[in-house]
Amino acid sequence: MSDVVEKTLTALPSLLSLDSQPGSAKLSSSSKLGNLIRGITELTSKHEEEKLIQRELLLIKEQVSSPNTTMRQMKELMVRAIYCEMLGYGVSFSYIHAIKLAQQGNVLEKRVGYLAVSLFLNEGHELLLLLVNTVLKDLQSTNLIEVCMALTVVSQMFPKDMIPAILPLVEEKLNHPKEIIRRKAVLALYKFYLIAPNQVQHIHNKFRKALCDKDPGVMSASLHIYLQLIQENPEGYKDLAPSFVTILKQVVAGKLPMDFNYHSVPAPWLQIHLLRILSLLGKSDQSTSEIMYEILDESLRRAEMNHNITYAILYECVKCVYTIHPKSDLLEKAAKCIGNFVLSPKINLKYLGLKALTYVVQQDPKLALQHQMTIIECLDHPDLIIKRETLELLFRITNEQNVTVIVEKMLDFLQINKDDHTTIDLVGKVAELAEKYAPDNEWFIETMNTVFSVGGDLLQPDIPNSFLKLLSEGFDSVEEDKKLRLFAVNSYVSLLEGGPSKLPQRFLQVICWVLGEFSHLREDLEPDVVLRMLAKLLDMKSSSSETKCWVLMAMTKLCSGGAALALVQDVSETYSSSLDTMLRQRAQELQILSQDSKLQAKVLPRSASMEPVEVDSSLSFLDGFVSEALAAGAAPYKPPHQRQEELSRSKALNMEPYGLSLPIGMSSCSVTDRQSPTLLSISSGLSGDSADFSHKGSSAALKLDGVKRLWGRDGYLAKKEAAEEAPQVEAASPVRSPSQRGDTDGSVSQTPTPECDQEKQQLASSLFVGLATQSSVCLMGKSEPTSQRFRRKPKASGGSEPMSNPLASPSDGADNVLPQNLLDSSDLDVSSPEQTHGLPQDPDTPNGSCTAEEESADPMAEPSAHEDLDRSRDSCLSSHLPAELSALSHSEITSLCSNQSLDVSACHVQREDSVVLVVFVSNRSDFCLQQMRLQVQSEELEVSCASDCPSEELKSHSVAVCQYLLTVQRPSVHFDLSATVSWQLPAGSPQTAPFSYKLPLTGFIRALRLSTEEYGAMWLAYSHDTKLNLTLMDDDQDPLAATLHVLKRKLQLHVVEIIGVEAIVACCLQQDQPCLMHCRVHAGMLAVWLRSPVPDLPDCLLYHCQRALQEP
Amino acid sequence: MIKAILIFNNHGKPRLIRFYQYFTEDMQQQIIRETFHLVSKRDDNVCNFLEGGSLIGGSDYKLIYRHYATLYFVFCVDSSESELGILDLIQVFVETLDKCFENVCELDLIFHMDKVHYILQEVVMGGMVLETNMNEIVAQVEVQNRMEKSEGGLSAAPARAVSAVKNMNLPEIPRNINIGDINIKVPSLSPF
Repeated sequence: MSDVVEKTLTALPSLLSLDSQPGSAKLSSSSKLGNLIRGITELTSKHEEEKLIQRELLLIKEQVSSPNTTMRQMKELMVRAIYCEMLGYGVSFSYIHAIKLAQQGNVLEKRVGYLAVSLFLNEGHELLLLLVNTVLKDLQSTNLIEVCMALTVVSQMFPKDMIPAILPLVEEKLNHPKEIIRRKAVLALYKFYLIAPNQVQHIHNKFRKALCDKDPGVMSASLHIYLQLIQENPEGYKDLAPSFVTILKQVVAGKLPMDFNYHSVPAPWLQIHLLRILSLLGKSDQSTSEIMYEILDESLRRAEMNHNITYAILYECVKCVYTIHPKSDLLEKAAKCIGNFVLSPKINLKYLGLKALTYVVQQDPKLALQHQMTIIECLDHPDLIIKRETLELLFRITNEQNVTVIVEKMLDFLQINKDDHTTIDLVGKVAELAEKYAPDNEWFIETMNTVFSVGGDLLQPDIPNSFLKLLSEGFDSVEEDKKLRLFAVNSYVSLLEGGPSKLPQRFLQVICWVLGEFSHLREDLEPDVVLRMLAKLLDMKSSSSETKCWVLMAMTKLCSGGAALALVQDVSETYSSSLDTMLRQRAQELQILSQDSKLQAKVLPRSASMEPVEVDSSLSFLDGFVSEALAAGAAPYKPPHQRQEELSRSKALNMEPYGLSLPIGMSSCSVTDRQSPTLLSISSGLSGDSADFSHKGSSAALKLDGVKRLWGRDGYLAKKEAAEEAPQVEAASPVRSPSQRGDTDGSVSQTPTPECDQEKQQLASSLFVGLATQSSVCLMGKSEPTSQRFRRKPKASGGSEPMSNPLASPSDGADNVLPQNLLDSSDLDVSSPEQTHGLPQDPDTPNGSCTAEEESADPMAEPSAHEDLDRSRDSCLSSHLPAELSALSHSEITSLCSNQSLDVSACHVQREDSVVLVVFVSNRSDFCLQQMRLQVQSEELEVSCASDCPSEELKSHSVAVCQYLLTVQRPSVHFDLSATVSWQLPAGSPQTAPFSYKLPLTGFIRALRLSTEEYGAMWLAYSHDTKLNLTLMDDDQDPLAATLHVLKRKLQLHVVEIIGVEAIVACCLQQDQPCLMHCRVHAGMLAVWLRSPVPDLPDCLLYHCQRALQEP
Repeated sequence: MIKAILIFNNHGKPRLIRFYQYFTEDMQQQIIRETFHLVSKRDDNVCNFLEGGSLIGGSDYKLIYRHYATLYFVFCVDSSESELGILDLIQVFVETLDKCFENVCELDLIFHMDKVHYILQEVVMGGMVLETNMNEIVAQVEVQNRMEKSEGGLSAAPARAVSAVKNMNLPEIPRNINIGDINIKVPSLSPF
């Protein structure tokens, strides 16, 4: 019997692997897929395949949605669905079933489910939310395979908002006893870092632990993270450099288990990673670089074996040596290595050798000379990729002497190249070189013509733009300009006389513009002739409506009367009924201007095109309007990116209690120079603009310029003098006319016998001419790269002048558009209780206004006598403070109004729950003042009289004290109180004197003591928020704490909690109007996010925070 | 980062497609077609690197490929990967496949597409190189395979099946199973 049982048990697996369906369905999974595959391969046409698969999909769809389908069958169906999806057929109906399978299946079915999910869905797919629970469950599973699967799917794609839900579990896995789990957890965390960097900020220490893991596999996984982190912020990880060096040393010395060897090279991928990290760390950092020299030397020496992977290491070594602070003997060895690459018969190595040369040549152009013959050979290589790489290298070594040859080679390549991407790239490079190094006008125009016709309409739009700009702005010499333009006109006229139909649209547009603008330079050319040519373009079928617009514009410029008027009329009539509004507009312009030559001369003045049109891009003329609108309660403008950010934030499910993260994008629109909350939008909008501009400018700049020559040794060139001496004219000729080649005497000494070698030698001399004596003189008379001409002119207009104010923020000043008065208004808040005295006053102000704040910009320093006087008065008046207030801190007493009969001074006192304005009226005269009354009012504050003047009579030389209770109605940066005092002398008419008092918002701000939980709950409830990046205080140990301390001291904010680089702070405006603040140190700035239920309060408070931090 | 791994045969039929960056389905198919177009034109004596072109990411991206008999293995990577390193990673991957399938051929990839995916998951995880050690990869895959075998055992079998075993008439069972039909051998298919 036991025999039978045993037999049964061995047979059981096969039983269970059967489909439980009875009858004919007894086929294993592979056969159903097999049938499908066989079916597909037997088909002959794409159409039949499509039919078959559609049928198959219907079948699958039916089965997956049937409730009787078991998980086992589902697994098989999923594999078929995956197959169909791979062939490009939509299987969206099965997505939900894939998730179900991952959720409900056993381990094997789950595996298929996860696989299907990770192949079908993407990070943003909404169904993915359904997977979160499954992942959570599997992460907690005791089955290692389930944990592995969960980690794998998480690292493939996981909804960003859900990361906090599983983060603790993944973190926990870093301590898992199994190394494969630890390793997968590290990579999963890296993935989290990539999609939501701020979520994993707090576990950087754990990354360090992973780096020190006893298992090399985990350690090498953690290098992924460090490579990324160091790329973003090399400064932050300098301390790890010795560790990386030590690791590399051990790896190179073969300390790792034999398992890690690949073709007897110890852990090559690990070495590659480490070398990349080292080069990032050592970049322009001498002391860090010095640690590495030894190991780099060792690596270069060790990697001698002739296997692919050793070359991979060598290549990284070489790049590292050339990136870090240079050391001459290492450089020498690295240069030799590059030689080995370039000379290698293996094509892959040659490719990398060229890449390395391209990289290195910026620092050491002479290295290219060493390998010139190889480079020439590569130019004729049958592999286009190699050819392209060579051109890239040549592009880097172009100078004014070899430009013609190099550009010609590039244009040759363009003729045979078919890849659009390469064409666009290369055409851009040709245009750049042409503008920079053109030897003469003809060459320049002809080259650009080729660029335009080859580049066609794929061309980057800035190429024609900068070309036209170049033509219109001209250079130093008027004569040269004229020649250039004339040549362009001639060339285009002959092009149009030929066959314009083949020319690309962009080129036609350029031609139109040039002819419209400059055809008058050619005296023998009648405008009518040009007009007729242009009209022909209009009739061409291929012309786009955009091109037609350009044609019409050119005609408008040319049609100053003459015989062609009829033609012009005809054209404008045809197009003034066009459906295209732009075209119609142009036609109308043409019609009107062609009839009114005076108007035409005024609108389109000839030869005025080079005068730059003044554009006030800051729109400063709207400032008044903006501030009026804001004062009237309009919402401040938010730039589109900010709006979008807010929109997306409000849509997405926020898992964090109070948004620990500020979006990174914010730092890019930082407005540190913002002076007033109300004007935020303007300045931030502008900074966006300027960033855009500078980016454009730099992207087109030629990298060769200003290359730092790190290594000044002149060893290499000594043998190659001949190449340099070859004169340019002679050099260029062999390439241009092959017939001459034979005749030209080989002036280069090394030429061996065969003629073809000689050709190459000559090509070499023309390509590499001038490399040794690099000078950046440009024959076009423009030494700057052309792109720099797009630089925005500095805003030297009046608007930015106030920045000379010493108290202004340490901003970069470029985008400040604030008017002077805003800057001057106030600078120091005195509400802090510690402050006791010491601000100069102006006792002679007849009935002026005085703010409770220092006018420190005032150059007229008060004489010290006055100060003493003031101080004595201050102390004398403060003795009049009511008893219940005298114990509290008060601002210093300022004189507001003073005349022969009385003095009005005031201060404000901060009580626990309110602010009290205390007004002192002192009688200076010898008479008794009668009917003395005070009236105080404010727009933003509610003023209630706490205790009015005791009597309406004020005795001679006595002081009356009035108190007013102030309540904020609408938050504002400062509150203005306007008041009048009226009185009557015994023998006289009633008199009045106005005065005003100003106090800052900070007087009303009180600390709000909260727990973190309460804070979290409140944070979510508030809708009004503001964000800004503030400057951090200089403090070596803890800038965040120092900054918070300042805020606490000056603004009485309550620091709820500090968590690492983040802090939460709370305060309230008069007890019942809280404002919460979230601070985070990010990229050397303090990213602040304020929220409050009260509109405007965050903005106003932020202003004061900014002030508090900017002042010493 | 590895952005995509594509395996297709000499006729451009996809055999395994794995994207680590999101593309729409149409885009994916277009990328496959275009990549095949680019790669298939190239002789065997040219270099194994290609610039990504305009489809995937532009100039920062590279295609690194190897051609084995009837199959092309193409990895699309960004500039943070070493070219030669990836080239050898492809070799590691193929050698691992060879170990797992014993003389791997195109048919193995077709009929065991899911298994190939599992092996790949042990080499590259979410676009990052996870393991380059062949023995380690094979070991991981074998752990899973063992699980697959034990899966059929009593411990992992569904309760229903277990109870069925208990109740059944033991001596009769083998007769109901036609074991020969279960393992359908892959027939020698004509060229793909």
